[in-house]
Amino acid sequence: MYLQLTVGGLLLGCVYGLVAMGLSLIYGVMGIVNFAHGAFVMLAMYASFWLNRFLGLDPVLSSPLIALLMFGFGVLMYHAVIGKVLEGPFLARLLVTFGLSIFLINSAQFLWSPDYRMVENPMFRGIIMLGPVFIERPKLVASIGSLIVAGLIYWFVRKTKTGLAIQAISLDRMAASLMGINIERLNGYAFGLGCACAGAAGAFLAEFYYIFPDVGTMFGLVALVAVALGGFGSTEGALIGAILIGIIETVGGFIVGSEFKYALVFLAYLVIVILRPRGLMGWGAD
Amino acid sequence: MLNVSSISAGYSGVPALTDVSLHINSGEIVTIVGSNGAGKSTIARTISGLVKPTSGTITFNGERIDQLPPHEIVARGLVHVPEGRHVFSKLTVTENLRLGAYTTDSETEIERRLERVYELFPILKERARQTAGSMSGGQQQMLALGRGLMADPKLLILDEPSLGLMPKLVEELFDAIRAISKTGVTILLIEQRVLEALELCHRGYVLQNGRIVTEGTGAELMDSEMVRKAYLGM
Repeated sequence: MYLQLTVGGLLLGCVYGLVAMGLSLIYGVMGIVNFAHGAFVMLAMYASFWLNRFLGLDPVLSSPLIALLMFGFGVLMYHAVIGKVLEGPFLARLLVTFGLSIFLINSAQFLWSPDYRMVENPMFRGIIMLGPVFIERPKLVASIGSLIVAGLIYWFVRKTKTGLAIQAISLDRMAASLMGINIERLNGYAFGLGCACAGAAGAFLAEFYYIFPDVGTMFGLVALVAVALGGFGSTEGALIGAILIGIIETVGGFIVGSEFKYALVFLAYLVIVILRPRGLMGWGAD
Repeated sequence: MLNVSSISAGYSGVPALTDVSLHINSGEIVTIVGSNGAGKSTIARTISGLVKPTSGTITFNGERIDQLPPHEIVARGLVHVPEGRHVFSKLTVTENLRLGAYTTDSETEIERRLERVYELFPILKERARQTAGSMSGGQQQMLALGRGLMADPKLLILDEPSLGLMPKLVEELFDAIRAISKTGVTILLIEQRVLEALELCHRGYVLQNGRIVTEGTGAELMDSEMVRKAYLGM
């Protein structure tokens, strides 16, 4: 039974991990906690839903397209909103994404109503048996897909010139600008990449999850806990933190009752913030 | 090559520079000396675009640069190696150097510049795969300098490169600056080690409380009563 739960937690954790990775990337580069991250996941889920409804595209297949769209949306959001307050007072930096989140969620409610929706006839459904463990096929696909996207983002940040420049900004913004790096443009890319993470995760989730305006909130919060657990600014840490949370949520939820599972997650958050404020492997903008 | 014309600058309203003018000719080593807090670093930061002057103009090769962002100034070959080294501590030596060449995309050009930097500072080649943060202060300073050279500068601004180095290393560093100058790079050296800087430079400026109080060749300044009293303790 515990094996079953752990596997379930692991699968869930991988999707959380992708969301958290984007959050961590954004924080590491520009020191902004993106409270709108969950709303971005929600937007991506709706985008997948409508692509499915009108073009018959399965969310899993449309995930690269959604990620690309969300990248563009992120770059746009950075230049239209986030970048404008980056040099502003601390409170503005803190609240801007919070306001954006509320705006997006309420816009979704206005445009698409608060109804719960679901993708009809998803390509991946049912379960497969792996030894004694049941695995839901859409969740397996979602977690593998999330790991692939996370790996791609990791590769991009570590191995490409643009990625190196993004790392440089997160380590020392002034020195980065003296290297000839256009901070504004690269911040935009980094924000876009973070949104693309949320976007891909949203597409994978749309395969099996209910879609409603507030659906992203919990994902955003859980990602925040994962990032705190792994350490702000550490993308690997965020992924590991998220997998731990997935396991805490499913295994812990089974032990204390699933209505308390998020209480457990946030209890873990409190304990970590008190005992190890920098997280398991944290660094990044102060 | 560089013409700074009566600039004033400051941080959140507090003036750090008042009516500063100076010029640098191609091929020169020019030094700015002065005590802590005289505004030396602010000059460097204003030229490289990190600080916007409140008045005055800066031209580089005849083009106004005082309203350009730092990355566009770097692209024109004006490179600032900041005080305190500011190497990317979590990245390797090679990654740091490659970031120095961010404005070029040509791999052969980057390789050529890497070779040149490794020739000047062999230690950087030995430590190529090590993270910058794991190196000693002196090695980090070499890295900061090498990283600056990777941009293939026409004018290199060195802000307090000798800060915190052992005397033996300071000597090596000044030798390196001399060698860089011989390759045709123009240098603006900002230093607290007044004697060494004046010996090395062609011309110098003395900065006090954000104003240029005197200027001249290195030898003239070393002979000046004011400099001898205030900075050389003679």
